[in-house]
Amino acid sequence: MPLRLLKFGLVKSYPESRMFRQRDRLRPTYDAVIIGGGGHGLATAYYLAKDHGINNVAVLERGYLGGGNTGRNTTIIRSNYLTPAGVKFYDQSLRLWQALSETLDLNLFYTNRGHFTLAHTEASLRTLRWRAEVNKHYGIDSEVVDPQTVQAACPHMDLDCGGAPVMGALYHAPGSIARHDAVAWGYGREADRQGVEIHQQTEVTGIRVEGGRVTGVETIRGAIATPKVICAVAGFTPRILDWVGLRSPLKIHPLQAMVSEPMKAWLDPIIVSSSLHVYVSQTARGELVMGASLDPYELHSTRSTLDFAEGLAARMLDLFPFLSQAKVVRQWAGMADMTPDFAPIMGKTDIEGFYLDAGWGTWGFKATPICGKTMAETVARDRNHELIREFSLDRFSKYALVGEKGAASVGH
Amino acid sequence: MSQRLDPLPTEWIERDRLVPFSFEGSRYTGYAGDTVSSALWAAGQRVLVRSFKYHRPRGLLSFANHDVNTLMQADSQLSVRADVTPVTAGLNLAAVNTWGGVSRDRASLLNALSAFLPVGFYYKTFHGRFFPFWERTIRKLGGLSAIDPTAPRLRTPKQYDFCDVLVVGAGPSGLAAAIAAAEAGAEVVLVDENARAGGSGSYQLGGDLDQAKQTAELIQMAAAQPRIRQHLQTEAAGYYADGWVPLVEPERMTKLRAKAVIVASGAFEQPAVFHNNDLPGVMLASAAQRLIYRYAVKPMRRAVVLVGNSDGYRAALDLAANGVEVMAVVDLRAVQVSPEAHAIRAQGIPIFSQYGIYAAETNPAQDGVCAAVICPLSDTGEPRLDQRQTINCDGIVVSVGWAPAANLLYQTGTQMRFEERVEQFVPDRLPEGVFACGRVNGVYQFDKKLIDGRRAGLEAAAYLGFAQSVPSPVPAAESESPSHPWPVVSHPKGKNFVDFDEDLQLKDFYHAAQEGFDNIELLKRYTTVGMGPSQGKHSNMNALRILANINNKSPQVVGTTTARPFFHPVPFSHLAGRGFTPERHTPLYSRHLALSAEMVKAGLWQRPEFYRQSGFSRADCIRQEALNVRQRVGLIDVSSLGKLELRGPDAAEFLERLYTGRYQSLKSGRTRYALMLDESGVVMDDGVIARLGPEHFYFTTTTSGSSRIYREISRLALQWRFNCGIVNLTGARAAINLAGPRSQQVLSQLTSADLSAEAFPYLAVREAEVAGIPAILMRVGFVGEWGYEIHVPALSAPALWDALMQAGAADGIRPFGLQAQRLLRLEKGHVIVGLDTDGLTTPAEANLSWAVKSDKPFFLGQRSLAIVGQRSQSKTLVGFTLPASFTGQPPEECNLVIDQGEIAGRVTSIAFSPSLERYIGLAYVPPAQSADGTSLAIRNSDGAMIPATVSSTPCYDPDNRRQKESFLTEAV
Ligand SMILES: Cc1cc2nc3c(=O)[nH]c(=O)nc-3n(C[C@H](O)[C@H](O)[C@H](O)COP(=O)(O)OP(=O)(O)OC[C@H]3O[C@@H](n4cnc5c(N)ncnc54)[C@H](O)[C@@H]3O)c2cc1C
Repeated sequence: MPLRLLKFGLVKSYPESRMFRQRDRLRPTYDAVIIGGGGHGLATAYYLAKDHGINNVAVLERGYLGGGNTGRNTTIIRSNYLTPAGVKFYDQSLRLWQALSETLDLNLFYTNRGHFTLAHTEASLRTLRWRAEVNKHYGIDSEVVDPQTVQAACPHMDLDCGGAPVMGALYHAPGSIARHDAVAWGYGREADRQGVEIHQQTEVTGIRVEGGRVTGVETIRGAIATPKVICAVAGFTPRILDWVGLRSPLKIHPLQAMVSEPMKAWLDPIIVSSSLHVYVSQTARGELVMGASLDPYELHSTRSTLDFAEGLAARMLDLFPFLSQAKVVRQWAGMADMTPDFAPIMGKTDIEGFYLDAGWGTWGFKATPICGKTMAETVARDRNHELIREFSLDRFSKYALVGEKGAASVGH
Repeated sequence: MSQRLDPLPTEWIERDRLVPFSFEGSRYTGYAGDTVSSALWAAGQRVLVRSFKYHRPRGLLSFANHDVNTLMQADSQLSVRADVTPVTAGLNLAAVNTWGGVSRDRASLLNALSAFLPVGFYYKTFHGRFFPFWERTIRKLGGLSAIDPTAPRLRTPKQYDFCDVLVVGAGPSGLAAAIAAAEAGAEVVLVDENARAGGSGSYQLGGDLDQAKQTAELIQMAAAQPRIRQHLQTEAAGYYADGWVPLVEPERMTKLRAKAVIVASGAFEQPAVFHNNDLPGVMLASAAQRLIYRYAVKPMRRAVVLVGNSDGYRAALDLAANGVEVMAVVDLRAVQVSPEAHAIRAQGIPIFSQYGIYAAETNPAQDGVCAAVICPLSDTGEPRLDQRQTINCDGIVVSVGWAPAANLLYQTGTQMRFEERVEQFVPDRLPEGVFACGRVNGVYQFDKKLIDGRRAGLEAAAYLGFAQSVPSPVPAAESESPSHPWPVVSHPKGKNFVDFDEDLQLKDFYHAAQEGFDNIELLKRYTTVGMGPSQGKHSNMNALRILANINNKSPQVVGTTTARPFFHPVPFSHLAGRGFTPERHTPLYSRHLALSAEMVKAGLWQRPEFYRQSGFSRADCIRQEALNVRQRVGLIDVSSLGKLELRGPDAAEFLERLYTGRYQSLKSGRTRYALMLDESGVVMDDGVIARLGPEHFYFTTTTSGSSRIYREISRLALQWRFNCGIVNLTGARAAINLAGPRSQQVLSQLTSADLSAEAFPYLAVREAEVAGIPAILMRVGFVGEWGYEIHVPALSAPALWDALMQAGAADGIRPFGLQAQRLLRLEKGHVIVGLDTDGLTTPAEANLSWAVKSDKPFFLGQRSLAIVGQRSQSKTLVGFTLPASFTGQPPEECNLVIDQGEIAGRVTSIAFSPSLERYIGLAYVPPAQSADGTSLAIRNSDGAMIPATVSSTPCYDPDNRRQKESFLTEAV
């Protein structure tokens, strides 16, 4: 047993203090206000304070920390994207992830499992090869492998897949999962330690813009003056953009997931099949965390649907027929903010002092550390960080899209 | 030593049917009608599983599947709920997650170490260098059941059903509701997860069978009512929009659509929190009562009964009436004056008022409770230890309160409010068509439940227009709260469990709150309360009370976590159903199989990749098929193409807006290539448009795009309000492409139409009979030879195929597959949308600008193209060849073109051309490298750099003469 746990058994009173302090009041002004206490908002706060010494910052969260998509996501972390901009960006994120538990001194259960994207058709095998080639070019560990390699890594899988046999797979060794909530808590705790104020149950209701620049925000607990606002609200982005009169092509689609009862460990890698619309990994507790593609319609809701659970269960049994009598415990949904090119929207906007971090759709958890890092620098220097230049909002009006659709649609 | 009681009128067991089974390697015998838990308990087995984290011995708690104290595995059957699973002969059970069996679990060492494993301990350590080691250890310890990878796939049928009123729960209020609604005229479905109806009406009796009799009468009335259909052993697993409720039965899932839903799902009894409250023998009162009245099992010999409500007194009476020696009733509240208390006193049972249980003591064998330590409570609920006393017993029965089984109600969108009067959340605002009655509605007394049920039944019936009667008012308030607000007694040694699934103790909640997790959702996520397989049924309410206590707020303000499907976990097999992978076959499927075709998936379609010839390799077969088209004649089944028909005065104008080309000017009897873009100017689909008349077009889409394009076109026709009708003929029509220098010769034998080049020129379309079948014939040349695409009704396709094969026999006709077609078109440099284009390709990049008439007033994507056109183009599609001398591993599609160490482009198509005797392909390259003769370097997947040369397309028959001019006279 690690020595660190000794203190819990040996001391009388519980030796831990609050991870994030409760603040009774909002200050009248902050140097920067971050809307959204998800992973992205909290990470941005942390790096603003840590890297740039800007700690007169408030993170405003309408619910509780990590209660948005951060706490609903299926936590797949990988960097095997398709475009050079995407590959470089996610690769940097992965590097931050690898040390993140230690950086934040909180065990995030970041675990490297390896990631297989299965191909059941020649067409998907082709796209996977494209990804592998781009990845390798940028030094990212990705390779197209044959069905036998898949079988070796996942001996219990039925390669026939209910009539859509596995023809090959993209293997991405760095593919990992982590405990989503802990990421929010870890960033929250360290941001708090750096002096950042975290205000939960504090909904932002308006943004003040005067003469093309941000001057403050309105909240249910009163108004705040600030020259800089960072908007990191995922599925809520369109309404906030409405307030400030910015247009984006974001569309909100529900994204659902479900989880099984815990079982003894039997699945090490993360398995994704975009043709079958299923992906799955097994947590340290032994639950299978499963997801599929987006709901096909726009909807601003986190309700669950039965046909999702039915379809996903059927596809799961195509891959793993022996799970027939295993049980699904729970299903849920988040609101994914989708861009047409499946790449994010980041950085400065036409409104001075209004910074956007959105368009994270189904794939933004893995970007949490690098988003925080690059957004923080962008805000501190008022200049888009080099890694996010291609992700700016104006790419849509300029037709300079970052085509990640082939790499992001089901894999997250 | 059997704990069976003498036969009871209420019992569910059949004493003349013995059922042998085994548990943890020992043999047992139960009766038909027993559950696994009741049979084991009757046999004196006390330790049924080990707990999840500390591996403590556990016995029955809720005996209702509201905890995982009885989670077992029966071979490949995972997570068997022993509480509710009927015993069946030969069942071979074991407790889950033990290290060496339930009686000697080596992992119980963790119990001794628990002080070092505080809430969330795993977040605080194990990271760093040795994490992989720790993770392996944690993964080994985690998890409950173990999979059996050889277990077969179960194909469970699904059923659909409809009703006016669904009543969830067949307890007293549910029965009353169902009867009332049915009598008013509604078709009712009544479901209950138990094997028999009756609910608490058949076992919470207060020592008196009279209530059981009343319940039995209700059950009979419901059974006799023709408008009630009952599903027992059936869980309403969730509530989804529009009244969809999945009913999960042992053998199937029924998807029920109900016009109104009455939730009469009752309440979950809640445990009390005290030291060692998890010892085998400590159980909820309702568990003890079910053991007695359903299974005739004596739950213990000597009991201490901890109560916080009058249900507890009734439970004590039930115990006493059935041979259990009740040592004491310990009431958390002040002295009670009630008929039940009176009856208890009359039996000489001591009542300790304003007392709590401070601790349960474990027996020497460490497998059960042997005594209760009780002590008076101060007015603030603190135990006064100086006055404690120990009462020997082998069981503690707990009746301190309830939590509504409101999962389904929450899912319907019901707003719940905390009602102090009953210390429980009750429905505040129900959505339309949703009703609630009984305990879930805060109504506890038997008579009142019947009234409340009847009220809900009538309201539902009235809502559906069956009953006019004004629903009777909601019954008056309970005289006392059925739940105690603080059934918690702290203990310095802890082990006072709040969540039994997750082994969470009282102090864990205080510690979590101290660390900032003092919001109900954060508390849940940090402590994992309610995240176990029973999803908080026995733990969420106490967790909420504890948090309310910590924050000094009311339960209403603290609120609940979100209730989501499922009510109980649902097997994958039930959700999946029979399971099938949809597949589409063209009408010629059997012809292809008969010709030894190797089939390949193209979207949902199964299409011939090539036709196997014995003695030849795949590559040889493909090569022969291709050469046969070039030299003689071949035919390919292209029935999977999308086939649409458009008629109406606006048809031409509509097409002109959809596609990039001009169709107003297209003459009847002519065809034209059709390219469709999306709104951002990206290539989306292509095909051929044929004009059959002034207001009549017939056109094709790609195979993969067919349904999407049809959908999109239909949408746009509506949006733009065009006066034309679209018919999707994709399935109704089949198509065969007949191609090759002898195609005209072959076809001429089957039709009287004039096939001469003058009468039926290149790109013309004709309607004519072929082999007596009405057909649309298009002279198009995707593969670069003289040819006809022949579209006929699907049913006639086999006849057409046979006729063509027969007519072509003398000319050496052979079918060709997708691979040969790909190769032939590659030789012609024709682009395949989706293969040679991707999600961002513009027409200019794919060399399709010739098909874009930018000066039209409007077409989809036009505005975007104009903007994109101002940017310099970054890539362009070119043909390339490898040297004829190249041997070795050729590049594959999607290998990259590398220029000065950077990615310059990628290969989209490549194949060996038998006509040119070298590898040819298409690739994206920067415009600067697109000139004919430019050298390219392609990087293979293994890193080898392959030199290639840009060469203009088409590389075969550059002037396109073969598809336009007749080669009938040419000798082969
Ligand atoms: C089911 C599902 C599965 C997913 N799987 C993956 C995966 O496997 N891998 C991956 O990388 N990504 C995945 N994602 C995507 C990922 O979860 C998100 O992209 C990412 O978590 C976004 O983080 P965020 O901090 O930007 O947003 P969030 O975590 O959603 O945080 C935004 C916060 O803003 C708050 N907020 C909104 N409006 C206001 C307001 N007016 N005032 C104050 N606060 C406000 C919200 O309450 C919320 O807490 C998945 C998403 C879902 C839904």
